[in-house]
Amino acid sequence: MTTATETAVVKPRTVVLAAGFAIAAVILALVSLSLGTTKLPLDEVLRALVGGGDSGTRLIVLELRLPRVATGLLVGIAFAVSGALLQTLSRNPLASPDIIGVNSGASAAAVTVIVLAGTGGGNISGAAERIGLPLAAMLGGLLATLIVGLLSIQRGVVDVSKVVLIGVGVAAAANSLVAWLLVVGDVTDAGRAAAWLAGSLNARTWSDAVPVGIAVAVLLPVAMIFGRELEALVLGDDVASSLGVRVSRVRVALLIVATVLAAMATAGAGPITFVALVAPQVAQRLARTDRPPLLTTAMLGALFVTLADLIARNGLQVLQVGPYELPVGVVTAAAGAPYLLHLIGRQQKGR
Amino acid sequence: MWGVRGVPRAAALMALVGVVVLAFGASLVFGSRWLGVGAVGHALLSQGGADADVIVRSLRLPRTVVALVIGACLGIAGALMQGHTRNALAEPGIFGVSAGAALAVVLGLQVGVVETVGSTVWCALIGALVATFGVQKLAARGSGASPVGLALTGAAVAAMLGAFTSAIVLLDANTLDGYRFWAVGSVAGRGFDVVGQVLPFAIIGLILAAFNARDLDLLALGDDIAAGLGLSVRRARLVGLLAIGLLTAAGVAACGPIGFLGLLAGHVARRIFGARNSWLIPAAGLTGAAALILADLVGRLVGGAGEVQAGVVLGIVGAPLFVIVVRRRAVAL
Repeated sequence: MTTATETAVVKPRTVVLAAGFAIAAVILALVSLSLGTTKLPLDEVLRALVGGGDSGTRLIVLELRLPRVATGLLVGIAFAVSGALLQTLSRNPLASPDIIGVNSGASAAAVTVIVLAGTGGGNISGAAERIGLPLAAMLGGLLATLIVGLLSIQRGVVDVSKVVLIGVGVAAAANSLVAWLLVVGDVTDAGRAAAWLAGSLNARTWSDAVPVGIAVAVLLPVAMIFGRELEALVLGDDVASSLGVRVSRVRVALLIVATVLAAMATAGAGPITFVALVAPQVAQRLARTDRPPLLTTAMLGALFVTLADLIARNGLQVLQVGPYELPVGVVTAAAGAPYLLHLIGRQQKGR
Repeated sequence: MWGVRGVPRAAALMALVGVVVLAFGASLVFGSRWLGVGAVGHALLSQGGADADVIVRSLRLPRTVVALVIGACLGIAGALMQGHTRNALAEPGIFGVSAGAALAVVLGLQVGVVETVGSTVWCALIGALVATFGVQKLAARGSGASPVGLALTGAAVAAMLGAFTSAIVLLDANTLDGYRFWAVGSVAGRGFDVVGQVLPFAIIGLILAAFNARDLDLLALGDDIAAGLGLSVRRARLVGLLAIGLLTAAGVAACGPIGFLGLLAGHVARRIFGARNSWLIPAAGLTGAAALILADLVGRLVGGAGEVQAGVVLGIVGAPLFVIVVRRRAVAL
């Protein structure tokens, strides 16, 4: 069985773009490793990465900065791929986990853990933090997706046009739950939750990075295996099923992949907004494809978050406003929201 | 097809007034401690210093009055927004207006301008007005402001403003503790002084809304026909936006961003009174007042030791309503 659609059409352009974004992300990650309260020359950073250099440098690079930078790269990949899958499945460029309620559901569940498992002293016990937080975020995200999906069913089929709006409603409900949890909690726990809610890479450790890394390592290949099905789904359900794609099964499977990726990323770094929305769209435009190319999108997501975190960490110092660090989510929102508004404007005009 | 057939609108409006009065009374009687009607009457009429008197006069009465005024403001703001945007989903909370007001208040707190509720109102007012005009302008760039375009523009703007708000709050640890209680949307602990300070804004907003009601009926025929009938469309829109901004600002300044109230009030009022704005708008005010009083009361009763804030109650009740509206209407993307 070799049909034209089965041979995965990989455009050279998308590969070049993916490689370019990956290289740029790695360079920015190295810059990020060298900047901070202690500025390190790049060659010392590189030496520390391969196990050389003095112990002080190794501590700063490997123990303090690398987990943060790695979390940023992985979270960027996870959010971006999640967005690409959702946008392809719903055939709607505005669908992304932060718009349709996945992130809000994950946030509500995670804040529940932070606030209710908190000791009041700002620390939650190791197990609740390491296992409870990612698990709760994943379940919360899945639950929100399930609710949005079920509510979008009209006359037996998912009404794709309503998914985004119903997601807005579900997100609003989850957000009011979060606001309540913040009030109920001890002020230290509320502070931790608020910092986490803004989407922050501050003080990440390997226990933040590893679960996201596992999710990306397992699910990105899974998503890529479905490349042919995604290609067919772009053409519409009827065409896809006539090409032998079991549409509803593929859709459910990929929906779960997208949700788990977004929820794990949310667990790792908080709901960093607009990455999932913007990265697929920009990648699709640059690659000139009819759906967001997964690998290119993934690398662009990693680049986007790393760049945003670099700005968030060092922007205020450069402007000499003070020694403060911004949460990375503020930078992605500042860059992403205008782009979303631009997209909405285009879509409105197109009608 | 809308409206209550056979029941005169005046009677329906009186019934709604009755609901508000009942809710008001219930809010005084019920709470973590049940007080008899007699005790409440005693508290209101005499100058006694018994426990019950103090509870009613200094705790329950102020917050109920705040809920009455702010509920009316937000209900009317919602009905006006739905009318002006011809959009069933229009709501200050969802359309980024409250987020704009919230950001302005937090900025004010940070800079040190905001110390009293009075100055909070000014900040909230500026934020609400800028966000109202901004979302309108942004959404109108395409093919007019379609329901989905407007809702998404509002969501995008709200997300961006929310991110900035949280950044400011996080940079200043002291602001967080005050902010989190304000951000949840609650009437608890708000006294007559708060009402007094937002009242001028509320009254001007209500007067503008009253003037705007008839113009809104004409605008419903379409801008061209309205202009043909001698209406200054620009002026009517401006008055409407100003009213929405003032009413939302009063609400946000006094109680924090309370979502879904305008949506709820607008739809309930439209259901009972139809599309005539001179009936719809007062009805939305009464519905909003009753809804906020009841939401506050429910939050007090279910909370046990603590209490669930009215904003949370409305979020949990309002979201399903939003979903119902979305499912009913043919809002295609």
